[in-house]
Amino acid sequence: MSSPEVRDVTLVEAVNMALAWEMGHDESVIVLGEDVATNGGVFRATVGLRDRFGYKRVLDTPLAETLIAGTAIGMATQGLKPVAEFQFMGFIYAGMEQIISHAARMRNRTRGRLHCPIVYRAPFGGGIHAPEHHSESTEALFAHIPGLRVVVPSSPQRAYGLLLAAIRNPDPVVFLEPKRIYRAVTHSVANNGEALPLDTCFTLREGDDVTLVTWGACVMETLQAADLLAEQGVSAEVIDVATVSPLDRETLLCSVAKTGRVVIVHEACRSGGVGAEIAASIAEGAFLDLQAPVVRVTGYDTIMPYYRNEQAYLPKVTDIVEAVEQVIAL
Amino acid sequence: MRKSQEFHVDSTRYLDELGKPLDDLPAQASDIERVVSAYRNMVLTRTFDAKAIALQRTGKCGTYPSVLGHEVIGTAIGQSLAPSDVFVPYYRDQAAHILRGVSLCELLLYWGGDERGSAWKHCPEDLPIAVPIATQCCHAVGVASAIRIRDEARAVVCCVGDGGTSKGDFLESINLAGAWHLPVVFVVINNQWAISTPRSVQSGADTLAQKAIGVGLPGHIVDGNDYFATIEALDTALERARGGKGGSIIEAVTYRLGDHTTADDATRYRTAEALKKAWEADGIKRLQNYLHQNGLWDANKEQALQAECKSTVDAAVEAYLATEPESPTAMLDYLFESVPASLQQQRERLAGKSDGGES
Repeated sequence: MSSPEVRDVTLVEAVNMALAWEMGHDESVIVLGEDVATNGGVFRATVGLRDRFGYKRVLDTPLAETLIAGTAIGMATQGLKPVAEFQFMGFIYAGMEQIISHAARMRNRTRGRLHCPIVYRAPFGGGIHAPEHHSESTEALFAHIPGLRVVVPSSPQRAYGLLLAAIRNPDPVVFLEPKRIYRAVTHSVANNGEALPLDTCFTLREGDDVTLVTWGACVMETLQAADLLAEQGVSAEVIDVATVSPLDRETLLCSVAKTGRVVIVHEACRSGGVGAEIAASIAEGAFLDLQAPVVRVTGYDTIMPYYRNEQAYLPKVTDIVEAVEQVIAL
Repeated sequence: MRKSQEFHVDSTRYLDELGKPLDDLPAQASDIERVVSAYRNMVLTRTFDAKAIALQRTGKCGTYPSVLGHEVIGTAIGQSLAPSDVFVPYYRDQAAHILRGVSLCELLLYWGGDERGSAWKHCPEDLPIAVPIATQCCHAVGVASAIRIRDEARAVVCCVGDGGTSKGDFLESINLAGAWHLPVVFVVINNQWAISTPRSVQSGADTLAQKAIGVGLPGHIVDGNDYFATIEALDTALERARGGKGGSIIEAVTYRLGDHTTADDATRYRTAEALKKAWEADGIKRLQNYLHQNGLWDANKEQALQAECKSTVDAAVEAYLATEPESPTAMLDYLFESVPASLQQQRERLAGKSDGGES
């Protein structure tokens, strides 16, 4: 038997590996969406699945996002585990009524009689020179909805392990894949079917002076910033939130108790973002540990610019370093 | 110019408004026990409905949508569905729910503000009542997809109102049913009104059934106050669906005899004459007349049935009113399979409050 370790895996390939693993081990797992079957998805996340698992389990839908969101609900009530792909997060909004008013509520409103083990996958975020409506980060919309989990992987390993966990989870998960890092890095991934925990932050780097809290594609810039800060003698702890809702406040508060300083980094607009919830939770739970105000490095409160200006919108390594210098100075 | 396609929509009616056959009746008419049992369910539904409205008017139930005028359609749906089929309702399907095994107490709990009203024990796969218009249509095609994926000889009935046919959810769902040959029967209950908006405003199409044609499904119109027309159409459509021959749309034409809900006042937008005319077509009276005319019913049986329905409803009301509210912690307990760590603190706060303690 060959080693389960697969080398040089990109994040999007890890998504594909996790889907293939789980479909191979659980015949209730169904993949549906636009262009997911014959074409293997516009990002190739579902490539090869139709050949391996057949046309009944890998379904090209009509071009209708409300339908994709709602059909998955009906399937789920019959004991299937649908993994529904929205081609881009910018097109998920037509499905929001189904996700919010039904998928998120089904267990509660039937008192556990029916439930929705659905994964709604969508590539999200900017940075790939995509057309209008293809680059937003609106995870906060879903993080506000009770009954949903919102999960964002930031590496090939975490994409693999968190997607397995999301599919196995008996409740709906909005799984947002940062497409800016779909192919930015390659890692070795153990294709052994082992899931990673949901509702848990991942401490990617330990440090004593400042806590950097982030998720998704911004993990990349945040780790680079931590490297630069280390050269300046600043020891930064880097936490990948991973499950942005429900939030693992415990890990965040423990880190703040140690460092006393926090910078939150996210690509989404600042106001009403998940960073605001994290900042409020830290203010409520660790105020006396703080030696400086919590600072956010985020996208601007505006419409995602078209791609000629998207780099000006996105948080950069220098922005993070400057923010840390600001909180360290206090 | 050559004609490339031709379409038609059939329409069925067997009984006139006085219950007299207009034509040879379908095979369903010879199943006397089923016909009488349909009548009994219609009367029970109407008795329940009047009581639910009275409970709302006296502050003992929340906003409630009267089923008046829908009893025949719901009863036919309930009778035509097999226990292994799946029912995907909207919110005015009381007659069908009763036949599916939903208790009257559960219906009262739902409209009386208690989630346990949807924890149906006797039809565990049926979808709960859908309030957001037409959203249930997508669930129906999802259920039907699961049935097709597993090659099962089961089918789905999905109800939607005339207003609901204007929504994308309905149109996207019937489109999928046609494209994927799904075993789902959409029953468009055309009661002429979406709150105050008349049927004519919803669509320029002459019939709602013809929307089926554009998505590759057969469409059929029935007089929704004619039990025989409605049950025949449903039996046929469901048999077709279970046999792998695909879905269909039945437009069941009726009239909403009540207000939209207890929060509505229909006198603001419709005339007394129109309502009076609609009452003349009432399907329950029509079936009762038919039963009388054929020696299958009499005044004694009617009296006994009325008394039985009253006592059944009274018992349900008693059980409903005696049901204590759930613990407030239930609002978190059923959100996910288990309460996430991040919600434990909120749960403790609720538990403290429900015990009368300080948080």
